[in-house]
Amino acid sequence: MENYGAVIAVGIAAGLINRWLLLRSDYRHYPTYPHGQLVHLALGFIAASLGAVAVPAIAKPDFVAVTFLVLAAQQFREVRNMERETLMKLEESKLVSRGTDYIEGIARVFEARNYLVIMTALLTSGAAQLWGVKAAFIISPVSIMLTLRLMSGSFIGDIAEVKKGLVHFEGSLLMVDDVVIMNVGLPQTRKKIMDEGLGVIIKPVDDNARLNLDAPGQRKAIIHDVVSILGSKVDINETELMPLARKQVDKGYLAFFIVANEPDLEMLIEIVKRVPVLESTRGTTLLSYYGRKAAD
Amino acid sequence: MNTALSEYILAIITCETDKVKGGGCPVFLASDQEEMEKISLLLARILGGIVHDLENGIYLVCKH
Repeated sequence: MENYGAVIAVGIAAGLINRWLLLRSDYRHYPTYPHGQLVHLALGFIAASLGAVAVPAIAKPDFVAVTFLVLAAQQFREVRNMERETLMKLEESKLVSRGTDYIEGIARVFEARNYLVIMTALLTSGAAQLWGVKAAFIISPVSIMLTLRLMSGSFIGDIAEVKKGLVHFEGSLLMVDDVVIMNVGLPQTRKKIMDEGLGVIIKPVDDNARLNLDAPGQRKAIIHDVVSILGSKVDINETELMPLARKQVDKGYLAFFIVANEPDLEMLIEIVKRVPVLESTRGTTLLSYYGRKAAD
Repeated sequence: MNTALSEYILAIITCETDKVKGGGCPVFLASDQEEMEKISLLLARILGGIVHDLENGIYLVCKH
């Protein structure tokens, strides 16, 4: 096909739609602001252009242009740094922090999404080049669906069983079921916790999941997600009601405690189930021979 | 960066004078349980710490 304009246009359009669909800005996903979204849509447009131009450049053939495209793709490494820096700066003024593992995960996802956009644009413009623009309308939805499927990771609900835990005191020790959370001194704080505190038990299904829940980064992610939806009664200089996740050291499950603004236990369990499993803390012991042997 | 003291006992509050000896930490004496709880609460709010109970009549304010 000689009409390079049309080839590039469908590639860019497919890539931009893909980036827009990948731009999730629900309760826990950054960006949540119109400006943050604009930044990413603009970058998505650049990524889509890169992918779309590649095929006509080879077809022409203009190999110098292709070399420049490869150089331009390097720019997307910066996206990860940009996201990491922004989120780290925001972290300093948060009452309940996200944790570095979560930030690293988010930053990596942002970088990866741009590569997926390049791939979609490349496939679409390739199809348009080889088989005409009509083919591009078939290939682009398929590749967009594929990228959406690729980018959905697993959730805590997939690797662990989440159920209600009983908040109670043994002397001055706050417990959720049989897990010690912390020592609480003041009687009025204990009463408040007994009245309003919520506890859940997060029980891993296998050894991989146990290692995953062990990681403090994963626990921080759980706490952050819950607090960002249900709220917490922590204030500056009043950290007594800090939400915490502690592990049962013998059995390996987690107990999670929170005094929330919206004390809804069912929703709490659902939110915990929907927390993403972080890439950097994922346990892989069952993939190794010795890990499998030790597990049985 | 936060440079405040953390993981550190900021104050000890007790009615039982014979159970606490001087150290690096200020000790506040109270005349009864009620006063002890009140002092602990105020100190915790002022210092930004939280109150822990040693279950032997000693409260301490600690920053985490």
